Amino acid sequence: MYSLLWLIPLLPLVGFLLLVFFGRGMPRTLAGIIGAGSVGVSALLTIIDGIGFLSAPPAAGFYAERLWSWVALPGFTIDVGFRFDALTLTMMAIITVVGFLIHLYSTEFMAEDGEFALFFAYMNLFVASMLLLVMADNLLVLYLGWEGVGLCSYLLIGFWYRDPENGAAARKAFIVTRIGDVAMLIGFAVIVANLGTLNIQELMRRAAGEWAVGSTLPILVAALLLGGAIGKSAQVPLQVWLPDAMAGPTPVSALIHAATMVTAGVYLIARTHVLYALAPPVQLAVAIIGLVTLLVAGFSAIAQVDLKRVLAYSTVSQIGYMFLGLGVGFYSAAMLHFMVHAFFKALLFLGAGAVILGQGDEHNMFKMGGLRRAMPLTFVTFLIGVASLSALPVVTAGFYSKEWILSGVWQSPHDGPLMWLLAGGVGVLLTSIYSFRALFIVFFGEQKIQTTHRPGVAIALPLVVLAVLSIGGGLVQFPPTIAKVNLFQSFIGPVFYGGLPGGAAASGAATNGGAVAVGGAAAGGPTEALLQIIASALSLIGVGIAYLLYRRGLPSHARLGEPAGFRGLKAFLFSGLGFDWLYGRLLVRPFLAVSSFLKGDFIEYLYVAIGAVNSGAGRLLASAQSGKVRWYLAGLALGAVVAVGLVVWL
Amino acid sequence: MSAQLPDYALVLAGILFGMGLLGVLMRRNIIYILISVEVMLNAAGLAFIAAGSRLAQADGQVMFIFILTLAAAEASVGLALIIQFYRAYRTLDSDAAKDMRG
Amino acid sequence: MVVPFFVAATIAVIATLFAITRTNAVHSLLNLIVAILSLAVIFYTLGAPFAAALEVIVYAGAIVVLLLFVVMMLNLGRQAVAEERTLLTTRVWILPALLAAALLVELVVLLSARAPAARNSIVGPTEVGVALFGPYLVAVEIASFLLIAGIVGAFHLGRRLRPGSQGGQAGAPGAAVGGTPAGGVARERRQAAAGVLLGEDHPGGAE
Repeated sequence: MYSLLWLIPLLPLVGFLLLVFFGRGMPRTLAGIIGAGSVGVSALLTIIDGIGFLSAPPAAGFYAERLWSWVALPGFTIDVGFRFDALTLTMMAIITVVGFLIHLYSTEFMAEDGEFALFFAYMNLFVASMLLLVMADNLLVLYLGWEGVGLCSYLLIGFWYRDPENGAAARKAFIVTRIGDVAMLIGFAVIVANLGTLNIQELMRRAAGEWAVGSTLPILVAALLLGGAIGKSAQVPLQVWLPDAMAGPTPVSALIHAATMVTAGVYLIARTHVLYALAPPVQLAVAIIGLVTLLVAGFSAIAQVDLKRVLAYSTVSQIGYMFLGLGVGFYSAAMLHFMVHAFFKALLFLGAGAVILGQGDEHNMFKMGGLRRAMPLTFVTFLIGVASLSALPVVTAGFYSKEWILSGVWQSPHDGPLMWLLAGGVGVLLTSIYSFRALFIVFFGEQKIQTTHRPGVAIALPLVVLAVLSIGGGLVQFPPTIAKVNLFQSFIGPVFYGGLPGGAAASGAATNGGAVAVGGAAAGGPTEALLQIIASALSLIGVGIAYLLYRRGLPSHARLGEPAGFRGLKAFLFSGLGFDWLYGRLLVRPFLAVSSFLKGDFIEYLYVAIGAVNSGAGRLLASAQSGKVRWYLAGLALGAVVAVGLVVWL
Repeated sequence: MSAQLPDYALVLAGILFGMGLLGVLMRRNIIYILISVEVMLNAAGLAFIAAGSRLAQADGQVMFIFILTLAAAEASVGLALIIQFYRAYRTLDSDAAKDMRG
Repeated sequence: MVVPFFVAATIAVIATLFAITRTNAVHSLLNLIVAILSLAVIFYTLGAPFAAALEVIVYAGAIVVLLLFVVMMLNLGRQAVAEERTLLTTRVWILPALLAAALLVELVVLLSARAPAARNSIVGPTEVGVALFGPYLVAVEIASFLLIAGIVGAFHLGRRLRPGSQGGQAGAPGAAVGGTPAGGVARERRQAAAGVLLGEDHPGGAE
């Protein structure tokens, strides 16, 4: 059945072609069937292949297939090929299954839209590109998918292109990610120049063999690839595009900016993990970036007013957790969090979409309220999603994945406890505060806007499925303090920690994560249990704070739950800690100034100046013709004096 | 001493010529310009007389006669033009006639 | 002969200075006459009595008188005098004065480079006449051309142009100096010519 692997990205691609060429005249039902169906069949094939992989894993832990040769230069070849291992399977499963659910949802959500077929065309292209990205066995094909998802992100953010703000948001996303992409391409060039190949496994093998740990080349390459990952995954300092990307339709936000595209950076780092093992400073940088991002985004989220922007900052923050996991060498934990995050974040976005649809396209949370009774299904699923996001203990999938990461963070030799405090302590608190804040504001209190649209089957079904996954998705990996269930670790661990020639140094055991991850249970029992209790308690405390502020209202509240005072602080947090303002001043304005200067074609000034000098000189000489008799007489006299002087003195 | 008179006369001619030039450049009224030109012509004539006296020849006086003739013709034509100028511009300011400036 | 020379020289310089700095044109001309007379004296001391006489008769007696006639004909009046006063500021004469002074210095330098002469004699009218009818005969004839041209030019240029009707009759193609396009001017010329013969030309009055 692996022989049908190539169909999985091909089907959405065919769907894209059909819809983009013939979609305009197509009836909506047909367009919906093609659009959602192609992804659905891909999901089915993925599940089949996944079951096959789990039940009868291939010998080396992966299945490789070479489709055709793309570049065949002497000494440098690129083949279009697939590598199908546990990491790939994880990504593919999320992309196709969650993608299918979102496509299904979109058939109802976008039903009124004029360009229904085009939407599905873009979404299909996106799924095809993303699949290509995760299935590629070399960096160039990966980059092909990378650029494809970037393009689709642009197209889909600016889908309602008639509003210029949407176009601006799309451009912002594209340009900011492009900055990262450039770094990544330079990294590719360095890799090719030094290792001679872009095949991922091959280059990791060569790098482990030739480059010493901590030497310049791996640091350079890893840092450049990290640049690309930062851009695509919206981490600090390139996180500014994601909140504005909420200008796109909600299914787009769910699929691209929550579940899949923004995790491409995480995938890239995970896939090229050997390079990061060879460059410990960069790996530490990954962790620090993740930590900073999760705090910055968390603080920004608690001051947002637009429901989708809360979720956007939440996404940035949760990807920060994933980066943190990668940075301490705990790749499996990061991937588990990716999987669980895809479930509950997609759920939250789809729920938000249902809310927005039901409230007549209103995005401002404070204008909504009381939807608990008006949209009960949405409320329950949203509650589950928020609970999972906040990692409420035991019952939610988020708990398992986040705790797993935090246990690895605690043991990191680079100020592990401090990082844990910030990520686990402050981060968890912030997460539950902002998520339950949104829940309380939107679903509790008095209903201000009448519900115009009750969710139909196409919306309800994905919500329910994702809610179930948000609860049960974490049950594949329990912390050792609760139970010895290591399904996920044994599934995906070998990708990172075993079977790689080059010895222990290359397999990540050099980082502390190796010691933790191999067994998944190396941490001391009581300490870990205590940490888990503290973190769980903090998340519950956060719920309580949100309840007090937004459900009950503190005595100093004058109006709709906005905290009294702290205007400046609130504005600062609302603006995403001022990053947009900073970039505007630092980068955008000088750039626009330079470009408007150049627009005036300043080289032309040189030629204009020549002409101006000439005409000026001419005018000057012409002014000697004043027409006045005395002037000419004076000239005569002066000339006479000079002439006689010459005679006298020469 | 008297033998040096022609030289002093030349110096005097120079002085008078300079003053005439000063008048030409200084005044705006055309009449005065003309007067100053007459002064300059006079000074030139004095120079010729002085030269003729020095060389004890009649040529100096002959040149002076020609200069006189010239001055007379020029004065009459010039005055006729001044009259036309006055009729056209209603003023005797020489700066008024700057239509030919470039 | 030295003392009269210097006295006359001083008078000439002072009178010329006044001539070019007066605001009233008539005053200026009268000062010019004084200057001319003193120059005549100088000519006499230089041994050129004929030139002295001619200077007085022609220059002072004809040219300056002509200038006086025109000045009085223009009849400028008091406001012209006042105007003149405003026009003669320091800024106006300082540079020309410097220029003239530079020229003077140059001339003096040139002149002082020569040794003084030994002879000094009187050149009488007889000698001048002989020279005029001898080597300078052609020049005398040309000078007479000049005078005729001066007379005709002065007469022609000083004429008043009558504003006649434009175009209209293609008048007699008058052989005018520097032909004009409007036939009216040609008619003008005939009229003016007729006017002169009949004594019609009125000096003065509004244009």
